[in-house]
Parts: sequence; structure tokens; C-alpha cells
Amino acid sequence: MSVATERRTDLRYRVGLNLRAVVGRSYPRIVGANREPSWIFFEAFLPLLGIAAYVFIYQFFGLQATAAILGNPPMCGDHVCASVAEQNQYLAAVNANTNALIASVVLGGTMVAFWLNVLWSMASQLYWEKEIGNLQLYMMAPMNRMALLGGMAVGGMVMTSMRAVSTLVAGIFVFGVVFQVASPLLLLAVFFATLIALYGLGMMFASLYLLWGREAWNLSALMEEPIFFSSGFYFPLGGLFRIPGWGPAVAIAGSFIPASIGLDALRQLTLGSTAFGGSLWIFSVTTELEILVGMAVLFLILARYCLAYLETLAKREGKLTSRHQ
Amino acid sequence: MSTYWRTFKTAAWLGWEMDSNWTEPWLFVLYSVIKPVAGAFILVLMYIVFVAIGRPQGDPDAFSYMYVGNSFFIFVASVLFGTFQVIQSDREWYQTIRYVYISPISYYVYILGRAASKIAVSVFAVAITLVFGVMFLGVRLHLAFADVPLFVVSTILGLSVLLAIGICLGGISFLTAKHTHGLAEGIPGLFYVFCGVLFPLSVLPDWGQAVGRAIPLTYWFDITRRLLTEGSTVNTTLGGYDPLTILLFLVVSSVGFFGLSVLIYKVGEYFARKAGKIDMTTSY
Repeated sequence: MSVATERRTDLRYRVGLNLRAVVGRSYPRIVGANREPSWIFFEAFLPLLGIAAYVFIYQFFGLQATAAILGNPPMCGDHVCASVAEQNQYLAAVNANTNALIASVVLGGTMVAFWLNVLWSMASQLYWEKEIGNLQLYMMAPMNRMALLGGMAVGGMVMTSMRAVSTLVAGIFVFGVVFQVASPLLLLAVFFATLIALYGLGMMFASLYLLWGREAWNLSALMEEPIFFSSGFYFPLGGLFRIPGWGPAVAIAGSFIPASIGLDALRQLTLGSTAFGGSLWIFSVTTELEILVGMAVLFLILARYCLAYLETLAKREGKLTSRHQ
Repeated sequence: MSTYWRTFKTAAWLGWEMDSNWTEPWLFVLYSVIKPVAGAFILVLMYIVFVAIGRPQGDPDAFSYMYVGNSFFIFVASVLFGTFQVIQSDREWYQTIRYVYISPISYYVYILGRAASKIAVSVFAVAITLVFGVMFLGVRLHLAFADVPLFVVSTILGLSVLLAIGICLGGISFLTAKHTHGLAEGIPGLFYVFCGVLFPLSVLPDWGQAVGRAIPLTYWFDITRRLLTEGSTVNTTLGGYDPLTILLFLVVSSVGFFGLSVLIYKVGEYFARKAGKIDMTTSY
């Protein structure tokens, strides 16, 4: 075997190769997608409307509550207001809670962008590559498969951040949401820990989906609304714990998705831990950050093992390149 | 006409098989129910959270308004997606569009046929969601026997408008890249905001109310809600019109949107053929 064709095993070469694979796989997502001008409209602007609908629901509830407080007789909670001062106090509380709930929706909307990207551009991606015939080329290439998934994750994060930023900007400038960030460094730490854990989960799913056929696509579709619900994307997750019986069970199940814990921490950091009377939070921010870091490590390790195991299994069962099954 | 009917039937059968044969029937039924019920539960929780921290006495009228609107919105999301995704899935995923397109059938009718299975599944999901709301969430529904014909006619018209809008989007997607998910989320989002689905038009600014009144689905949701939740105190801003006037708006806009769908479909098809985009793939 000549020197040129001999398999290179030295660490420097392998690290360089895998880094090039990460860059190579993220490149089409970062650059290629932006070459399609319609993408900005379809992927960044249009989804904002769905978020806006949830914002208007809270505004509607807020207006109904305000109308009741200002009605005849003026209602303060479940009794008639005793004085103008009490009436004003209730009005201020409704305004503050409505703003906090709208801010929760906006933060949830940014996380929805990343969750959908994880589902459709991470978890389903190897299945999609199999469908269009690219997977066999990836399998023949000499880089580590984790580098391939890592490239997809990095590209996906960058690609999705445009939609996430659009949602935040719309929340602040269109809906007038007020965020009070007390600890920016902690906020960044929570945000990136959430993203790494989420994409780690996506990498793990990608391996599992490799083995499944069309069930993979349908499973991704199934993990939209039920996860939005059980992970509290549009309301503080603590609301689920208020429902006796099944509520806590659903909330605990939803907490296995890193976005739920991440959102709870992000909401505490941007709205203040006293928002909603401090009654709708799950854990303290530092505890939630520790959980997120643990999840990130766990999912990345699981992704590594799942990928190796399921690649072998898919090869053995002859499903690695079989399309439309 | 017989060719159209045959195309429709075959496409509907194909759509049904593609939607359902990936799993066991019981799992498919479960899958078809979980998604819409979970969607309804998001709103239920939003309501519960607001009541818990903002209005302890609750607001049953607002809740029923929102719940019924959301239940019927299942039709919007699923029929629109079922229509416009035909072109993109045949083109990008199965890569069969070139074979279907050159066969001696109307591709327009083929798309309608493929969407038919989504309508069938949606009817089931809407019914389950409404029954669930009545039985477990205290949603107040009442449909008088005399109103049944009006309800059926308005539902058929509403679905026709949805199909027409879906075809318009399909015509546009002849020319665009693989934006299935952006469209699936964004276009229903447009109707979610402007058609008074979850909240009355009065919540929107004036320009938003004007946009809502120009979309036929607003009238469909309004008439459906009038027939199912009689006596609601929520101000919809359309209270000045009687149900038959609303139905007339719906008929006129259905015809208008059908014409628009044919026009946009033909224009999209023409430019896609001219640019050689009929069977393009845009995978990234």
C-alpha cells in the first residue's frame, strides 16, 4: 500500500478530517439555504404569525379580565371590588400577568424554532438522506459519523437562529414585551446548554430514525403539538402541575425534552423569579442549568452509541440504503 | 368528466394509502387523534394558567369560543397541508412528479384527490376533539335540528375554500424550494391570526380586522360558531349580519377563490415549465 492510500490514524489528521466534515456538512445549511431568497419569507417570517396568534389569545384573555374589573359591578377576582385602590391593584396585576404570559409565548416561540429544526433537520435528516440517496455516500466517506451529525447540528442552529431572532425582535417591538435580564451570563449559559442538549437529543433520534422507515416521518409529526403541550412551550410548565392527577405526570414526561427545563430557566431569568407570583416555576435556575448540562452530556454519549449500534443493525438488516419503506 | 372522476378516485385512494399504510390501523387512529387533542390542550392550559393567575372566576364564553374555533381549525391545517404538499412531496421526496405530470390526467384534479384523504381524517379528528371538549372540559355546544342543513352547507363551502387556497399555494410552490414546513406552519398561522379562530376580530387593530374580513374563512368560523355556541357574549364584530348574509359572503368568496386557484395554478405551472422547475429537487 502506498503512502498516499494508506489509512491515516494519527490524531492530528483525524481531528482535522472531522473538523472539515463538520464545516462541510454545516456549509450547505448556512450558505446554501440563504441563497434561496424565498427561504427567509417562508421559514423566518410566516411562522411568526402562528406565534402572534398565541400572543393575541393572552391579549384577549387580558381584555376580558380588564372588562370584568372595570364592569358594573367591578369584579376583583371572585368578589365585587371594595375600593378604587383594590380595583387598580387588580388591573395592574392583570396587566403584569398578561405581559409575562405574552413574554412566555415569545420565548416559547424561539424555542419552537429550534425544536422543529431538531425534529425535521436533525432527527429525520439521516432518513431523508437515505430517501434521496445521499446516505450511502456519507457512509463511504472516511470521517466519523458524529462529525456529520455535528455539522448538521451547527448548520441547523445557525440556520434557525434567524427565525428565533425574528421571533424575539417581533416580541419586543411589535408586541411590546418587556424582558428584565438580571444575569446575562447565566442566561447565555442556560441558552447554550439547552441548545446542546436539544441537538444531542436530535443526534440520538437521527440514529434511531435510521432504522425506521416512514414511521420516522410520522413520529416527527407526532412530536409537534404533544411536545408543545407537555413541555410548556406556550405557557409556564408549572401550570401543568396545578392540574391534579394527570397534570404532573404529563409535565414530568415533557421534562425529558431539554426545551422544557431550558424554557423554565429562561423565563425565570428574563421575567424575574417573582413573575406569576413565583408559583409557576419548577426548580431554581442553577438546578435547571445543572440538569441541562447533565442532559447534554447524556444525550451526546447516547447518540454516539446509538449511531454505532444502529448503523451496524441497519447494515445487517439491509435497510441502510432501502428507500420508501 | 369520467376521466376527472377516475383521476380523483385513484388519487384519493393513493393519498389514503400513503397516509395510513405505514402502520397498523389502530395506531393510525391513535396518531390521528393525539395531534389535534394535544393542540386543543395547549389552549386549555393557556386558559387554566390565565384563570389561575388573572381571573379566578373563569370565562366560559371565551373558553367555548376558543375551543370550537380551534377544533374546526384542524380542517384548515390539515386540508391546506394535504393540498400544497402534494407537489413538494411528489417532486422532492418520491421524485415521481415527472411521471404523474406527463400522464393523461388533470394534475389539478389529482391534487384534489390526494387531499381528500386528509379531509376524511380531519372530520374524525374534529368530531373527537369536540366530543372530548363537551364531555370533559365543559364546552357548551348546541346544534338545533333546523340548523343542520345550514351547518352542512357552510362546512362544505368552508372546505371548498380551503382546497382552493391550498391549490393557490400549490401553484406557488411549483416555483419555490422545499418549504413544506414553513408553509405548513405559516399559512395556517395567517388564518389563525386574522380569521377570528381563537379570539374575536375585535382584539386586532383596525387594519388586522380589515384583513380578516377579506378572508372567507372568517365567515366560515363565524357561522359555525353561531350555529354551535348560541348565546355567546363574545363580541365578534360580525354580529350585525344574519347567518344567511354570512353564508352569502361565503358562497361568493368560494366561487372567487376557485377562480383564483385555477389562475394561480396555471400561472405557476406555466412559469415552472418555462424555467424547467417542474421536477427540481432542493435538498439541503
